[in-house]
Amino acid sequence: MMMLATTRRVLDQLRHDHRSVALILVVPALLLTAVYFLYENETLLPGVPRTFDRVGLMMLAIFPFVVMFLVTSITMLRERTSGTLERLLTTPIHKADLLFGYGLAFSIMAALQSLVATAVAYWIFGLDIQGSPGLVVMIAVINAVLGVALGLLCSAFARTEFQAVQFMPVVVVPQILLCGLFVARDRMNEVLEAVSNVLPLTFSVDALQQVATNTEPTDELWMDAGVIVAIVLAVLVLASLTLRRRTA
Amino acid sequence: MSHLAAAAPAGPESGVAVSASALHVIRGKVPVLRGLDFAIEAGRITGLLGPSGSGKTTLMRAIMGVQVLTSGSVQVLGLPAGHPELRHRVGYVTQSPSVYPDLTVEANVRYFGAMHRKGRAEAAEAIAAVGLEPQARQKTGDLSGGQLSRVSLACALVARPSLLVLDEPTVGLDPVLRADLWGRFRSMAESGTTLLVSSHVMEEASHCGSLLLLREGKLLAQLTPAELSQRGQSADLEQAFLHLIRNAAETPGTSPERAVRS
Repeated sequence: MMMLATTRRVLDQLRHDHRSVALILVVPALLLTAVYFLYENETLLPGVPRTFDRVGLMMLAIFPFVVMFLVTSITMLRERTSGTLERLLTTPIHKADLLFGYGLAFSIMAALQSLVATAVAYWIFGLDIQGSPGLVVMIAVINAVLGVALGLLCSAFARTEFQAVQFMPVVVVPQILLCGLFVARDRMNEVLEAVSNVLPLTFSVDALQQVATNTEPTDELWMDAGVIVAIVLAVLVLASLTLRRRTA
Repeated sequence: MSHLAAAAPAGPESGVAVSASALHVIRGKVPVLRGLDFAIEAGRITGLLGPSGSGKTTLMRAIMGVQVLTSGSVQVLGLPAGHPELRHRVGYVTQSPSVYPDLTVEANVRYFGAMHRKGRAEAAEAIAAVGLEPQARQKTGDLSGGQLSRVSLACALVARPSLLVLDEPTVGLDPVLRADLWGRFRSMAESGTTLLVSSHVMEEASHCGSLLLLREGKLLAQLTPAELSQRGQSADLEQAFLHLIRNAAETPGTSPERAVRS
């Protein structure tokens, strides 16, 4: 009840902000277009998939993660600095209502975002993978929730929006570098591979590769998805510890 | 837990709504509250007055249970401050309006109302109470400063709390609105709500049934406005307060906290 009220409130806030909605929905599709034309003139050996099919697919998982991380950490930081969070915590709301309310609101946005991006990838650029586009959207939404959870947590460590944005290079960029997008993970040195093994985005990219190469969902896909969901829950628990009803 | 939220204050309550004993709060390294003992009667308006920096906001935060106490204790409606039950029964309006600027007035009030299982009707009533019906569908961020603080007030009124803690609710309001609000506070008190209202404008003290005078984290006196003008030897409450402060400074041996109570 209070969770749904929170979801409605967060979406209502977004609805008044047309520019942000447009950025969330359109930018990933535009960037995907850029990626497509980046590899437009590559010469392909017969039987080798296009780079777009590999990179474009991974981008579908990375966009919602990055965007939702940013949107959430700024929104939550505003909630902390404007006094609305402290006020909310003097009402009967449970921390879980607040966190899951946020999570649900941004998951809905993420689902819309990835529907647009996935549709563009499939219909305009003919993304060619084995698995179902529904699974791609599913992984994208799970990733968005991961971004939400990390954003909620990181907002506790920033005092200003300026600082909150600085968390992106710290939290997001390493995951993008090590997730297997640039260099396949089995060709990294041991240290980097070990780090990449514990970063959540790695599991998303692995899951998408499963979707790309198998027509039916594999056990490995479900395991990857399960690991990300577990990480999301753990991060949300940590984030709830940063919501203090009583402060010095 | 919902039955408590649903129970509106019925009839004048009696007894003590808030009490503090040996309350000390140190924020950072600064002692903000230095040993407060007092009791606030239920069902009336208590004014918390003092110069800025005297600890008014910290005391209100302590009563709301959002402030870590260094020592001492605060009891609210028979429970320790910050008890989960109190979240259903105590409303808090902070000094700077804590509402969502990117929502309409109505959406703000309905959201905070939803935390107390209140619906559209109660929200409309709360908006009417602060005289913002014409602006109900406007974006809160587009309103003036005074209107903004009334939105914040409506977000607390919608829950129909038994204790309402208001931090400088009349700052930035024009005289007409200020009189309106005090009238509303009075009628709430008459129907049993306990109000604690802070202000640094002494003339507002006359609207209160009882006053807590705070200075540098200590309770200078707890008295009625009539007693204040009598002891301060002035009908002008500001002059009376200044007189009291000077007296307290000249006779440090006496303890002003033990001032007479009605």
